[in-house]
Amino acid sequence: MSLFLIVALPFLGALLPGLMVQAGRRACSITTGLVTLLALTGLLVNAPAVLSGEVQTARLEWLPGLGMNANFFLDPLGLFFAGLILGIGLLIIIYARFYLSREDSMGEFFTYLLLFQGAMVGIVLSDNVLVLLIFWELTSLSSFLLIGYWKHTAEGRQGARMALAVTGMGGLALIGGMLILGNIVGSYDLTEILQNREAIQASPLYLPALILILLGCFTKSAQFPFHFWLPHAMAAPTPVSAYLHSATMVKAGLFLMARLWPVLSGTDAWFYLVGTAGLITMVLGALIAIFKDDLKALLAFSTVSHLGLITMLLGFGTPFAALAAVFHILNHATFKAALFMTAGIVDHEAHTRDIKRLGGLRKLMPVTFVIATVASLSMAGIPLFNGFLSKEMMLEEAVHTTWAGSHWVLPVFVTIGALFSAAYSFRYVAHTFLGPVRDDYPHKPHDPGFGMWAPAAFLCVLVLAIGLMPFLVEPLVFTVAEAVIGGVGEIEEGYHLAIWHGLTPALLMSGIAVVGGLLLLALHRPLDRAWIATPRPEAKAMFDRLMAACVGGARGLTDALHDGALTRYAAIFTVTVVAAGAHAFWTGNLVVADRGGAIPDLVPLVGWALLVVSAAWLALSHRRRLLSLVLVSIVGLVISIGFNYFSAPDLALTQISVEVVTVILLLLALNFLPKTTPVESSVGKRTRDGLIAVVGGLGVGALSYALLVHEFAFETISDFHLENSYKGGGGHNVVNVILVDFRGFDTFGEIIVLGIAALVIYAATEALLSGPVRARLLNWVPDMVRAGDAHPLMMVVATRVMMPVVLMVGFYIFLRGHNEPGGGFIAGLVVAIGVVMQYMASGFAWADRRQRFPYHGIIGAGVLAAGLTGIGAWFAGQPFLTSDFGYARIPPFNEFELATAMAFDLGVFLAVVGAVLLSLESFSRIARRSNEQVSDYAMDIDPSRNEEA
Amino acid sequence: MIQIALVFAYVCIGLSLILAMWRLWKGPNVIDRVLALDTLVVNGIGMIVVFGISTGVETYFESALIIAMLGFVSTVAYARFVLRGNIIE
Repeated sequence: MSLFLIVALPFLGALLPGLMVQAGRRACSITTGLVTLLALTGLLVNAPAVLSGEVQTARLEWLPGLGMNANFFLDPLGLFFAGLILGIGLLIIIYARFYLSREDSMGEFFTYLLLFQGAMVGIVLSDNVLVLLIFWELTSLSSFLLIGYWKHTAEGRQGARMALAVTGMGGLALIGGMLILGNIVGSYDLTEILQNREAIQASPLYLPALILILLGCFTKSAQFPFHFWLPHAMAAPTPVSAYLHSATMVKAGLFLMARLWPVLSGTDAWFYLVGTAGLITMVLGALIAIFKDDLKALLAFSTVSHLGLITMLLGFGTPFAALAAVFHILNHATFKAALFMTAGIVDHEAHTRDIKRLGGLRKLMPVTFVIATVASLSMAGIPLFNGFLSKEMMLEEAVHTTWAGSHWVLPVFVTIGALFSAAYSFRYVAHTFLGPVRDDYPHKPHDPGFGMWAPAAFLCVLVLAIGLMPFLVEPLVFTVAEAVIGGVGEIEEGYHLAIWHGLTPALLMSGIAVVGGLLLLALHRPLDRAWIATPRPEAKAMFDRLMAACVGGARGLTDALHDGALTRYAAIFTVTVVAAGAHAFWTGNLVVADRGGAIPDLVPLVGWALLVVSAAWLALSHRRRLLSLVLVSIVGLVISIGFNYFSAPDLALTQISVEVVTVILLLLALNFLPKTTPVESSVGKRTRDGLIAVVGGLGVGALSYALLVHEFAFETISDFHLENSYKGGGGHNVVNVILVDFRGFDTFGEIIVLGIAALVIYAATEALLSGPVRARLLNWVPDMVRAGDAHPLMMVVATRVMMPVVLMVGFYIFLRGHNEPGGGFIAGLVVAIGVVMQYMASGFAWADRRQRFPYHGIIGAGVLAAGLTGIGAWFAGQPFLTSDFGYARIPPFNEFELATAMAFDLGVFLAVVGAVLLSLESFSRIARRSNEQVSDYAMDIDPSRNEEA
Repeated sequence: MIQIALVFAYVCIGLSLILAMWRLWKGPNVIDRVLALDTLVVNGIGMIVVFGISTGVETYFESALIIAMLGFVSTVAYARFVLRGNIIE
């Protein structure tokens, strides 16, 4: 089966559980299991070839420019891990089928599980480190969902967050490390990277890369000092703990260390970083595990300890240690998953996982007892069980390894670790199953159904089979270990996995560990009291404090920069831009002016004076809002006339239409706002803001001046536009051709943004009006005296007469837009103003009743029309939005031009009309909700008014 | 001849722009100011028309027409605001 398919299957399959759960829990779990089984079968089909030394690859170019390709390869190491992931995944699915209660949403659970499975398979099969990183992050995300599966429990949510924070940070570091690695080698392909051991280790960036990658691996595999998240992740349902936190996800870090072992290992830095972290984790985890009363917490810390053991072995950097590491990964996956399942069974049946409340389950749950005993003895390292074999190899290797010149450090500490490990393994069995039967269990336990214990029993068979007949897995373990070593060294000739290696120091250490473990178990009660009495650092509290500090710092920074006041934003922006500009000015080389200034004519001078006066006045009297609006109108008018003067009628028309719409919009808002802006800040602050404003203004002025007297630094593209406007776009109006053709994609995005903005205005006003604002509006008293008629006759008649004229002008401007000034945007504004005139003249109720198409729909139609025009180009085999034009003649008219750009322009037109009217309508809706008289009549005159006067 | 007329027109319109601005400055109330703005718009249109005559480009006339068609709407809006507060009742 193709590697793509193996990786894709779980992801595709993740769509199924949510659907199949409708057909029942059985159908749902069977579907999930089948998906996994299919992927596993696909993997196993490749196994013979891979084990005989042939590496399967599948390559697909994805983003070759970034060096990111969907390349996968299957070597013995990948096969080994993928087999573990899918094989144990299958057992977990069976187990979860019986573990999940009726209240738990099974579809959701299996969907997350399959997503996770796909991500894991992706990690172990990736041949591209960037793709590997994506899958790496996916495992963090999907495990977040799985740990927090019981959303209703605070522990679940907190544990999920903690796991995501820690592994996510590690992932971030890993990205850095991988990028450095790829940079050194010049390729992001793993197979390439693995060939370049010398180059990588000689690089000055080796150490940073190593540290970053190890951060990723250590966080994922819960190595000291990042071990604390794993026990908190135990809030997850037990199948998740068994799957993610014993067999697969926490091994992702180990996998990566094993994968990169050929290029990273062998240096002192590697040995001391990895070996020491592993050793500390192993001893510390085992020590804590002894005193944990929660079955799952005990197992969690034991997992931490065993992961530490494997990490330490990888850190040793010798081929034999790598062999032991691979073997222990296999053994640990079998016995630890089985143990987690038994913990889940006990929890499921007795309704508690507290060891202090358990004991004596041997008689009540004989099957579970047997399974737990076999797995625990293996974990303790008792001969004839598989854990013994790999632990023995670890001890053997430790004896031969010197740490910082000392021969005794490693043997002593690993013996202590093994001793602790034996102690908690014995305790798991003794305190849960042995002892007298109690009568105060929260729920009277008994053995679960076959389906629930069968997966664990199957794993126990494996434990025993490997333990008794290690030669069965010997070829697999050796091949995988060789894949890890990758030709950097060789495993000792003639070595075999065996129970009996003679009277070795390792055997002696094993003996000490077992005896010591039994001793600790016997002394557990007094030791436990001492342990509880001893103060020790609490990782969760430290993590919470750190998180609180980070959140506080981030919030402080955000609040400082982003306090919701426009003045603050404007100040920060202006200061930044001015600083950047000043820096550029002093470091750049500003050449002498290319041309001198010109004396302006008298008339433009008047316009300039108007502009300066009104702008300055506006700054002085900005607290009087209505006056400010009038002054803004003057600025707009002068600018519009200026555009005309500089031969840009398109811009002039757009400017004047926008001015009108803006004035209407602001007047609608001003009705409900205070008519003056209150003084809120101190004189000092205002002086500071004034200075910033002046500096900013001077900066912009200087920039404009520089542009006026200098040639452009780069060749302008105006000439290109002028040259190609007719040839390529079929239009003489360059502005319009740029909008609908050259930069059509921009325009398409802009009308979408415009539509979104209008919809947001609509949604915001709707939300306001259904909230407390409604009550305030009903009690609102207008702050201005009312005079005149609501809908005066003169205005109604004038606007009615104007309406067809406006529509015709809009139509005309739209049609000719491609060749003469105009186009969809201006036409849209013109038509919108024509409609708004009716609203103003006859009132909201009257006009709204005659409005048959909702403005939302008009916006949508516009975007759709523009989008469909763009898509139309595909049918001609052209890229999106490629335009075409031709000429047609319908008698008796003259020949005229048809361009696809016109359909696009129609979209622009509709979107503009809809957006403008929707926002104006939303604003005036506020007034409608206030306690006002509403009239449906076109004209609304109070005949008695003049009489009274 | 037309040149003289054009210069005269420019000067007149320029002058009235300045006078309208003066009215805007003096006030004294908001109605004066809105009227001053309207006068500015009218003079602006006039300026564009004269400009069109002096350059002979037709587009300016269209531009002037459209500004005339739309420009009054903001004046109406101001007037409604001053009279009624709410411009879309």
